[in-house]
Amino acid sequence: MPTWLLRQKYLIDFTLSSLLRRRAKNLGLLLVYTLIVFVLGSVMLFTHALRQEAAAVLEGAPEIVLQRLVAGRHDLLPASHLERIGSVRGVQKKEGRLWGYFYDPATRANYTLMVPHDRTIAGGEVVIGAGIARTRGLARGDFYTLRGQDGQPQTLRVADVLGSGSELVSSDLMLVSEDFFRRFFGIAPGLYTDVALTVRNPNEVRKIAEKLTLLLPDTRPILREEILRTYDAVFAWREGIVYVLLVGAVLAFVVFAWDKASGLSAEERREIGILKAIGWETGDVIRMKFWEGALVSLTAFLVGYLAAYVHVYYSDAALFEPVLKGWAVLYPRFQLLPTIDGLQVATLFFFTVFPYTVATIVPIWRAAITDPDAVMR
Amino acid sequence: MIELREVRKAFNQGRTNEFWAIRGVSLTLEDNRVTVLKGPSGSGKTTLLSMIGCLSRPTEGRILLEGRALSGLPERFLTEVRRRTFGFIFQQFNLIKGLSVLENVMLPAYPIGRPRGALETEASELLERFALGEKARYRVEWLSGGEAQRTAICRALINGPRILVADEPTANLDTRLSRDFMSIVRDLRAVGKTVLLSSHDPEVYDSPFVDRVVQMRDGRVTDC
Ligand SMILES: Nc1ncnc2c1ncn2[C@@H]1O[C@H](COP(=O)(O)OP(=O)(O)O)[C@@H](O)[C@H]1O
Ligand SMILES: [Mg+2]
Repeated sequence: MPTWLLRQKYLIDFTLSSLLRRRAKNLGLLLVYTLIVFVLGSVMLFTHALRQEAAAVLEGAPEIVLQRLVAGRHDLLPASHLERIGSVRGVQKKEGRLWGYFYDPATRANYTLMVPHDRTIAGGEVVIGAGIARTRGLARGDFYTLRGQDGQPQTLRVADVLGSGSELVSSDLMLVSEDFFRRFFGIAPGLYTDVALTVRNPNEVRKIAEKLTLLLPDTRPILREEILRTYDAVFAWREGIVYVLLVGAVLAFVVFAWDKASGLSAEERREIGILKAIGWETGDVIRMKFWEGALVSLTAFLVGYLAAYVHVYYSDAALFEPVLKGWAVLYPRFQLLPTIDGLQVATLFFFTVFPYTVATIVPIWRAAITDPDAVMR
Repeated sequence: MIELREVRKAFNQGRTNEFWAIRGVSLTLEDNRVTVLKGPSGSGKTTLLSMIGCLSRPTEGRILLEGRALSGLPERFLTEVRRRTFGFIFQQFNLIKGLSVLENVMLPAYPIGRPRGALETEASELLERFALGEKARYRVEWLSGGEAQRTAICRALINGPRILVADEPTANLDTRLSRDFMSIVRDLRAVGKTVLLSSHDPEVYDSPFVDRVVQMRDGRVTDC
């Protein structure tokens, strides 16, 4: 082993035994530190995952959704509207959509019934989301009975369970045939829930929306970018609340850590003097203390982040679900897809490991550059 | 050989409580001799030993080691000289609590980066020589005064220094242990070491193993 590596190894060994010698102090510190990283990490991972999910929801969403309003309330839209939209330039595709909510008393949850455009569902069949499959204990081939608008029970065979690509999108979904949908909700042929429009050029979206309101005065266009902004606002607001709560905790930690890390006890001061007197260089002492700070903060970071990861992705962020996921109460239950954002990890790392290490080194540096003759007294 | 030329040392220089602890000392200390700095408390023995041992620098004057001036050296080199040339035995022993006897002895060698196996062997041999072989894994808090001092001596010897510096080595020992210490000093001299002691204990300065006594008073050498 080269000499410089041996030296580092000796320093690290000595650091470890020093940490063990002051076990109570260092364990307490590690615990609080880990907790802080855990909470911060949980918030970051969780909001990141939610934004990711929301982005996924909207990625496939149409640029404009046109709803018909009657007396200020959402109403069904006749096929004749669809034809008139055809005359608006810039609209690439238009689709009359059929969807609605269904309250399931057994599980006390709202499901979304929808007629898909990209696949055909046979008359007596249904394709359900993973969340519904879970809460109702259904698998492919099982039968599912639900009561329609006329009070008659209708039985469907589960043809498929939607894969859990992004559960936030599909968890509560029931895909049915158009026939079944119209019968179940009592909607006459030629009427649609709303219209989805695809626009080729994103710059034209606002212009087209204006034209539509003139052409069809009883409708309201909803733009995807507006929804995005609303989502963002909702998330930012919730994140904000959590961060405000956290600031207090972080401040307390900073004071605590600064005190613990920088407040050199007389004992430590004496030890530094001894080490220097018996031949350690100032650099060796600082390196040794650097390792001490780095070991504590890195351990706290790794353990805290790992715990946050488990908390968010394997326990559904149980601790602050009520605050952060309020808007998603419709869903029976969904699991977030694990994603890690490098930049976020780096930010968290920088704001936890870096200040602590500095806080340990600065006072040591001050103590270590003084003459070691004090130990003679 | 160590030469001191008109060495002066001030504490709190330039402030109202400025104090000159050493007021012009010129002295030549020969190799392989046992020298005692003798004098009442406050006469400047510790201050002088710190400067000779490169733990602090003179305010004025020069100290030469083998003809080389130490005063102008940057801190790193001074540390290097201290580590290779001097071994210290402090009055309070200054062992590091919580560590074993063996670890305390090996501590000065860590920054050199010697292979661990060889270092441990050497430290164990030293401990054997000073009748501490069985205490190697003990924590230093459990040692008696004499054992603690012998551990401190082993630590001072681990890097193979030519010069040993001991400040008031018998202040915390009874008469029997003081005599034991002086016989260790004799042995060290026999293997070629230079020994520098400070003391106001007759067990030390009247000992037959001492070659030279330097009398100090108020920061000056009055007789040598
Ligand atoms: N760091 C210091 N600041 C101010 N005065 C000091 C300091 N160290 C020592 N002195 C003074 O210098 C004088 C010599 O001290 P010292 O060398 O310890 O004497 P001795 O070892 O002979 O008892 C004493 O009067 C002491 O008060
Ligand atoms: Mg003294």
